[in-house]
Order: sequence, then structure tokens, then C-alpha cells
Amino acid sequence: MTREMTGAEMVIQALADQGVKHLFGYPGGAVLPIYDAIFAQDNVQHVLVRHEQGAVHAAEGYARSTGKVGCVLVTSGPGATNAVTGLTDALMDSIPIVCITGQVPTHLIGNDAFQEADTVGITRPCTKHNYLVKSIDDLPRVLHEAFHIAASGRPGPVVIDIPKDIQFATGTYFKPKENPHTGYKPKLKGDMDKIRQAVEMVASAKKPIFYTGGGVINSGKAASDLLRELVKLTGFPITSTLMGLGAYPANDKQWLGMLGMHGTLEANMAMHDCDVMVCVGARFDDRITGRIDAFSPGSRKIHIDIDPSSINKNVHVEMPIVGDCAHVLEDMVRLWRTQAKQADGKALGDWWKQIDKWRARKSLAYRQSNEVIKPQYAIQRLYELTKDHDTFITTEVGQHQMWAAQFYGFNEPNRWMTSGGLGTMGYGLPASVGVQLAHPGSLVIDIAGEASVQMTMQELSTAVQYRLPIKIFILNNGYMGMVRQWQELLHGGRYSESYSEALPDFVKLADAMHAYGIRCEKPGDLDHAIKEMIDVDKPVLFDCVVDPAENCFPMIPSGRAHNEMLLSGAAEDIEEAITEEGKVLV
Amino acid sequence: MTAPTTSHYPAKTINEGIVTHTLSVLVDNEPGVLARVIGLFSGRGYNIESLTVSETEHQQHLSLITVVTTGTPMVIEQIKNQLDRLVPVHHVVDMTLAGNSIERELAMVKVQGRGEHRVEALRLADAFRARVIDATIESFVFEITGNSSKIEQFIELMLPLGLVEVARTGIAAIRRGPGEG
Repeated sequence: MTREMTGAEMVIQALADQGVKHLFGYPGGAVLPIYDAIFAQDNVQHVLVRHEQGAVHAAEGYARSTGKVGCVLVTSGPGATNAVTGLTDALMDSIPIVCITGQVPTHLIGNDAFQEADTVGITRPCTKHNYLVKSIDDLPRVLHEAFHIAASGRPGPVVIDIPKDIQFATGTYFKPKENPHTGYKPKLKGDMDKIRQAVEMVASAKKPIFYTGGGVINSGKAASDLLRELVKLTGFPITSTLMGLGAYPANDKQWLGMLGMHGTLEANMAMHDCDVMVCVGARFDDRITGRIDAFSPGSRKIHIDIDPSSINKNVHVEMPIVGDCAHVLEDMVRLWRTQAKQADGKALGDWWKQIDKWRARKSLAYRQSNEVIKPQYAIQRLYELTKDHDTFITTEVGQHQMWAAQFYGFNEPNRWMTSGGLGTMGYGLPASVGVQLAHPGSLVIDIAGEASVQMTMQELSTAVQYRLPIKIFILNNGYMGMVRQWQELLHGGRYSESYSEALPDFVKLADAMHAYGIRCEKPGDLDHAIKEMIDVDKPVLFDCVVDPAENCFPMIPSGRAHNEMLLSGAAEDIEEAITEEGKVLV
Repeated sequence: MTAPTTSHYPAKTINEGIVTHTLSVLVDNEPGVLARVIGLFSGRGYNIESLTVSETEHQQHLSLITVVTTGTPMVIEQIKNQLDRLVPVHHVVDMTLAGNSIERELAMVKVQGRGEHRVEALRLADAFRARVIDATIESFVFEITGNSSKIEQFIELMLPLGLVEVARTGIAAIRRGPGEG
């Protein structure tokens, strides 16, 4: 079906045809025709944010919690540049986003016009793909193509820059087609020969481990189910990156906890000592590998990834399989069953005994206090009191994020929204707005730090405006905690600019913003306060005052290997544990 | 400063063998496609030794980018995968790996001189099958095609004979035999 309409109408029509229900945006001169088109319909609900960065993070939360594409609409110039942080975040974490930016009219492009910025130039390195639409005839194709590119293969953000005259121009609109792009064809099915060999490797393993990542989440619910099936079939231990939490249930006995810089001892030691590593949808990031030349030295590695450029980038693997996690896992499970494969029970038994010894070290242990709330305790209580609810968790970036990853148990995919690759402070609050919008009846909690939350604080107004009862659970230690921790470990305890001076009174702030404020300072009051937070049907700003001196352990210090972790009891050895070379690393 | 041996990042590959590869990249000829390719190289710290680009199939709006790059084998592999990941890129062919390919470059070389130098320049040009495409009483512009080393050699010989300037096209490459790409 084709129809004559204006460019602005095409934008909204295309969104509706792509199944978009919510659009996060902020108006401005160069997108007024599109806002006019929004005004004239009610298929797509617009959500007015307070800053364009918030719009992209909200769309990311929306996308991450639903598996759908998140949509953003911002104006030219500052609207587009403000969106850049969110776009980069989405690129790093492979989140499908379509971001429509207004542009000055075609004849003014390159003229340094008011609110003009070279949006496609600026966003080229921080998007999966981007377009500047210079003819109304291209617009319907580009709109549909953008959704296809954002959502397929390794997902990512796509920007469509639309000059104002194109929004006014009239053209012929058509509905989405089956194969919108001729040159772009991501490979979904893995090579069967390689999968067969991989299954052989898995079956022959004596000390195996599954190491999984965000790719499993992106691949959809089926991938998580297949992963669970394969892990159960083999009886192998499994660990995951920050981005992959929830793909495998944290309450299962084969789960070792997160790995990496702040991962558990058992996960990292098992990675170091394993003989066969099955990496599914993870990318051997530097937070995971630690010292690269000492990374899992004795193992043969299988790497399943949809993006060929992720393979052999950091770590050489013996068995690369390019394909979508769900497709490849399905083949592996089928082969395992049809060939009646058995894991080496005796060897596996010994391996689990070794793992249990590492587990017995209780690497996440901390010293409990009756005087002051330990941040770990706060997360534990939050988990216990919310686990029976339909809960979604977002975070900001820093110590609180790591504690959330360590102490909050995720048993389902798409329940955990965090900024992993880019590490964007200020991600969590707007992301929770997007999550709550997608899941109106659910309990959505942003686990935050008092420093991070101030970066996108204004989005609390958005939550209030749309009656989104998000809970912002601030672990307030009065410091940029992770910065302070590194300064303590690496810079002689010189806490340069890492103290959160002149903090607002969060309870009064909540009040002023028509939200609900709670402060809790004593461990004994915590449960009651958390229950109050859950029960309030309003956005809540929860100021949880925690031990300002607590550090996040275990930790692989800069420049060290997986088997050289620092545990919390060993804190006094930290200064020596970090080499001179390690200090130059971030 | 030497690279830290204990790094969270891939160890700097200093002494590993650096190799030169010629890549043929077939792309949609759309605005910004060259910026995408170049941006990828600069953004990820890859090298460009030579770059040529031109539309080769007008009907389908396809351009061929030929890029000569250097790096360790692992980096070269990365470059190919990263290029292949760009949406407008149809395919990337490693001409060096494919072996059996021909590489050519064109250069225009301006030489100024009189007397014996001038005669010698002409004589050498003849030996290299370079053509004179412009001449004045005291200068020549030679046109020379060939592989890069031949052109390098010619330029070096012209240096003492009054070399003024050189303009080079960069490398174009194609596979031998009947097959495509």
C-alpha cells in the first residue's frame, strides 16, 4: 500500500508500521513538523524527557527490557550532540536504537546555520549506521532500513538526520518490505562443521567453563533457554559478564557468579585454570581478561559471536563460530542429544571439587556492621525484599553497580539494565523511565550512587509527569566511590576531587520534584524503609546512607591475571599488588 | 617508553612481524562512505599507506576502494572484519592473501634540468617505459605506471637529475584470471 504524505507524517507512519508504541524525545525548531504530525495522531505516544541524553538512555532501557527497538526524536544541533553519549553507550552495549534527528533545511546545510551541526559526521563513529536524508523519495526506504539495521545482526544505534524541508515535502510512502537492504546480510546460522568440532571439544573437556555475555540476552529469550539446556546437559560450570547477567539463573548451583575485574574468585580461577572455554556472546573485553598474556593460558577456546570482528580481536581462539547465539546453541544442543554425548563425569567431578574449594573462600564476604549500613548489605536486603516481585533493575556506574551485579541475583534475562561498555554515569535513572514505561505494573529500581544520579537527575521530572513509579535506590557514600577506591589503591589515598561535596538533601529534593523521599541511615531501619519504598505508588528517591569507606572486592588489580585477585581481607596488600605498569591503566 | 607487559589491554605488538596488505573494498557509492572507511582507520589506529577510490559500476552505484595497510596479521584480520561490518560495504577482498593479483599505480614526475641531466632523465625514462606528457626547454613531466617499487625506483633515480615534484594515484589492484574479486 502506498500513500501520499509529508515527510513528517512518513516518520510517524513508519514508526507505527514498525510497531513502535513509545517515542522518547525533545522538541526544537528543526523537528517541529514531526511534532505537528505527533499531535495529529495517537498511535505513537511521545514521552517528553528533560535532556536528550536521557531520551536515548530511556530508549535503551526500553529496548533492553523488551527486546524491541528503542526510538528517539531530537532536534538539530544541540539536540543531536546531547544524544551522542547515549548513542555511544548503545553502540558499546549493542542496544537497538533508532534516533531521528532534525536538521536545518537542505539549502542551509554547511552554512553554519542556527542550531546546525554535522550530525552524520559527529555520529558516524558512535552509530552502527547513519543517514542524512536529502530527498523525500529516500525517506520511507531509509526509515524502514534503519529499523532493520538497528535490530538485526549485532544490534546497535542508527541515526536518521532529516532536514526540515524534507519533513515538509510531500512524497509517496510505502510499508516495510521483507529484505530492505541488499548489501547488509548478517550471518545467523553457524558453520555446521565447526559446531560439530565444538561439540567434540566440549565432550572431551576435563575442566570446562561456559563464559557468556550480552549476546545471549540480545539473541532473545530462546537463546537463554537453550543456554540453560546445554549447561544442564553438560553439567559444566557457568559464569557471565556484567552484560550477560540473567541469561543463566543466579540461584542455580552451576552458576559461579560474574567474572572479571570485580567477579567472584571461583569464576575467575575457573577461567584461569580451565581446559575448554565456551564463550557465548561475549567479547573478551579488558575488564574480563585482566592481563592478556596470562589469560586462561591452558585452555582451548570456542567463541560464538554474531560479529566476526569480535573474534580474535583480543584473544586467539581455536574454534570461532560466527552466528547468532540462539541458532548456534540450538545446533549444539541438537548434536549433543542426537550423538548422545556425555561429559567426562570423573574429570568433571574433580573439577567441581576444585571449584567448591574456591567457593569456600567466600570471595564476596564483607564485615557486617550494626552501626552503619554496608552497601553490600543494602543490596542483599533489596534483593530479598524484591525478589518475589516482578522486578527490573537498572544501575548507574561505579561501586554500586558492581555491588548490584555481585549481590542482586538475576534469574531471568532482560531484567538487568546497566551501562557496561561505555560506563556512563547517569544511565540508570533515565533507563528506568524507559523500563517502567514498557512494564507499567512492574517494580523498576535504579540502583544508584549519589554522584551518578546527579548527572541525569532532571529525568525524575519525566517520571513524575508520566506517573512512572520508579524507585531510585541511592547508595550514598559521599564519594565517587570507584574513583575514591582507585585513588586509595593507586594514588596513595589522595582523594583528589572525588568527594561529593555540597550534596542535596535528597528527601527535600524528592519533595520539591513531587516525588517521594526516604532516608535510611541505620541497618536496623533498612527493611522497613525498603518496604515503604516498594509500597509507595510514586517515583521514590531513596537516600540510603552507607559506609563511606567500603571498597568493592574481589578485585583483579590493574595489570594482574585472573589468579592474582585481591580479596577483601587482603586489603593491606593492595599497594604492593599493583605494579608500576599497572598504574598507567584505567 | 616500552609498552607495559602487564596490561588489561592487548599487549602492544611492537616486534611482531608487520606485514603490508592490499585490500579491495566494494562499497555502495553513497555520500559519506569514504568518510566511514577512513574514520574506521583513524578511529581504531590502523595505518593507511595508500588509498584509491572511484565508482566502478555506474549502474549499481558501486565504488571500489583499494587500500594498502600495514599491521600484524591479527590487526590485518581485524581491519578486514571491521570493514566488512560497515553497512555499505559489500565485500572485502585481501588481494595480498589471494595472491595472484596485479597491482598498478600511476605517477607523474616533474624533472627540471639542462644539458647532461636532461639527457640522462630522458634515457632513464625510456628504460622505465615512462612517457613524456609535458615538456619545456628546461623541464619534463613523465608519466609512469607500474607497481609501487618500480615507481619508487624511478623517483629515486630522478632525484639527482632535478626532481621537482611527484603526483601519485595510489594503488589499484585486480585479480588475475577470469574470476571476480
